[in-house]
Amino acid sequence: MATAVMTSLDTKSRAASRGMSDIRIRNLFIIPTILFLIVFNIFPLIYSLGYSFTDFRASSNAPANFVGLQNYRELLNDPFIWSNFAITAKYVIVSVTGQVIVGFGTAMLLNRDIPLKGLLTTLLLLPMMLSMAVVGLFWKLLYDPSFGIINYSLGLGSFEWLSNPDMALYAVAITDIWMWSPFVMLLSLAGLSAVPKHLYEAAAIDRAGPFYTFFRITLPLVAPILMIAIIFRTMEAFKTFDLAYILTSQPTTEVISIRLYKMAFQEWQTGRSCALAYIVLIMVLAITNIYVKYLNKVKER
Amino acid sequence: MAHIELKGITKVFGNHAALKNMNIDIADGEFFVLLGQTGAGKTTTLRLIAGLEKPTAGQIFIDGQDVADWGAAERDVALVLQQYSLYPRYTVRENLEFPLKSRIRRVEPAEIKERVDRVAKTLRIEHLLDRKTDRLSGGEMQRVSIGRAIVRKPRVFLMDEPLSALDAKLREALRTELKNLQMNLGATFLFVTHDQIEAMSMGDKIGVLNHGHLVQTGTPQEIYQNPVNTFVARAVGSPPMNLIAGTLAGGEAVASEGCRLPLGNGPATATDGRPLFFGIRPEDLYLDSGAPGEARVHDVENHGVEKIVTLRTSNRELLQATVPARTELEIDEPVRFSWNPEKVVLFDGNSGMSLRHMG
Repeated sequence: MATAVMTSLDTKSRAASRGMSDIRIRNLFIIPTILFLIVFNIFPLIYSLGYSFTDFRASSNAPANFVGLQNYRELLNDPFIWSNFAITAKYVIVSVTGQVIVGFGTAMLLNRDIPLKGLLTTLLLLPMMLSMAVVGLFWKLLYDPSFGIINYSLGLGSFEWLSNPDMALYAVAITDIWMWSPFVMLLSLAGLSAVPKHLYEAAAIDRAGPFYTFFRITLPLVAPILMIAIIFRTMEAFKTFDLAYILTSQPTTEVISIRLYKMAFQEWQTGRSCALAYIVLIMVLAITNIYVKYLNKVKER
Repeated sequence: MAHIELKGITKVFGNHAALKNMNIDIADGEFFVLLGQTGAGKTTTLRLIAGLEKPTAGQIFIDGQDVADWGAAERDVALVLQQYSLYPRYTVRENLEFPLKSRIRRVEPAEIKERVDRVAKTLRIEHLLDRKTDRLSGGEMQRVSIGRAIVRKPRVFLMDEPLSALDAKLREALRTELKNLQMNLGATFLFVTHDQIEAMSMGDKIGVLNHGHLVQTGTPQEIYQNPVNTFVARAVGSPPMNLIAGTLAGGEAVASEGCRLPLGNGPATATDGRPLFFGIRPEDLYLDSGAPGEARVHDVENHGVEKIVTLRTSNRELLQATVPARTELEIDEPVRFSWNPEKVVLFDGNSGMSLRHMG
């Protein structure tokens, strides 16, 4: 295989006549990407790690002083930060659970011979393709207590979705579920259609009921791919910002990335916000690692 | 155990009729083999009985009850498929337990264990019980899937070419095992195959299918000695029955290439001059220096216990005869042959139907 990829340059090609070797062409393609990554991803990552140990403020000209682990210490002892984390956790659990239930359920419904299946699947995928900001603005209108279509069609009168502090986080989660269930559905559908049909026939012959068949055959076979969908959605939900920021400004919907944004660009505590960003990064990495370990275990079975 | 009856079953897929007006009667405790080529409708028949497909027309009776509205679970049949369909990610034991653990059945855990162990012992897969199914060989997988069928004690066993994916040695061994199993259980078996040796050696009764038509049913003996038409004559038996075109003349057979062969009294019901096929099994065709038939040796296959000689007659028809292994023959050597006149089956030259069956 490697030799097939590493074929040398055709001596009659235009590139060869200009005196370019295949190594030079390879570099021509790779180096811009690597440079881009270094400048926009890796450099800020390392630079912000340095800032996270200082009291640097981007809004002032005062030089940054090294403060050691003070930022981390204060952040981890700050009950408000912890409440932001609690809100985020609640949001992740509600939103990912909802997406898995709705997405997997839709996939189960679509995984059979129905007319217009292709068209239906495509239409169901549309929410996923919209821009977060557009979805946020739209749902703000849909949730509107006086003229929103949700209250109108559910007959809820002037129920306040977004200005009710207890409801706002769920309202954001519902929007997220609407938008990202298709993603879970798409992956589940791929998993479901890979389950051989003769296994279902064998189960029917073996007199297994529908629930037994679902839990003993369908679910174990779809579990690995469903796990991947859950990993993706958890990571995304953990760092959610736009939806929550656009839809509402309740303190009960202040997920960690909004707190981070405010800390960095409204309060200009650049050093401290770098430290918070690193805490979030480590948490996401840890959670993802747990999932990946579990995924490998599911695959082995 | 059960008695199965199919009445006027027709199954149409799109515009292709897989089965046409089929009638089968399988007695309780019988080993019934459906024999036919690929696409003859064998698997469709099994799937109809199992309840995985619905017939376009006709009725299926299990123990005298019309099962049209019954699902696969209610029919209480076991189906062993060619592709094993073991449940992946489970061990052999879990696979065998699967049909017993379902809610509908409510079997005690102690009994599950006992039945699984007994089945494993019968099929000699005890040492594999804790192994994952993807680490089994083909023969082991097929034994597990047969095990999953018998652990349940169903009313009927349906087997869809369970042996065809296995190598020759294993196929022979499992053939005997299955036949013994059926006799020990006293169960009704419907076994589908394209292999006429399996059909002959295992079946109490054979049904020959051709393009969705059930051509003939009967004991292996009947089918072999008295095929209903030239199709069955060629389909059953290896090497197949020889068919010699010719006519009758004065109680003798006149083959189209000219030689005259004697006929017994039994089959001489046809009138002289009518176009016929004379069917003769290879073992009833013999070589003899004073015999009326003339041919040259075309090919010799040595099977150890015997030799199968292919003869080429003067108008390039090929005939096969079995001769003792010690017979020495050269390719292109001229030989003379004759047949056992009692064993000749006469078929109508146009329809291919056996004259005995036409009455």
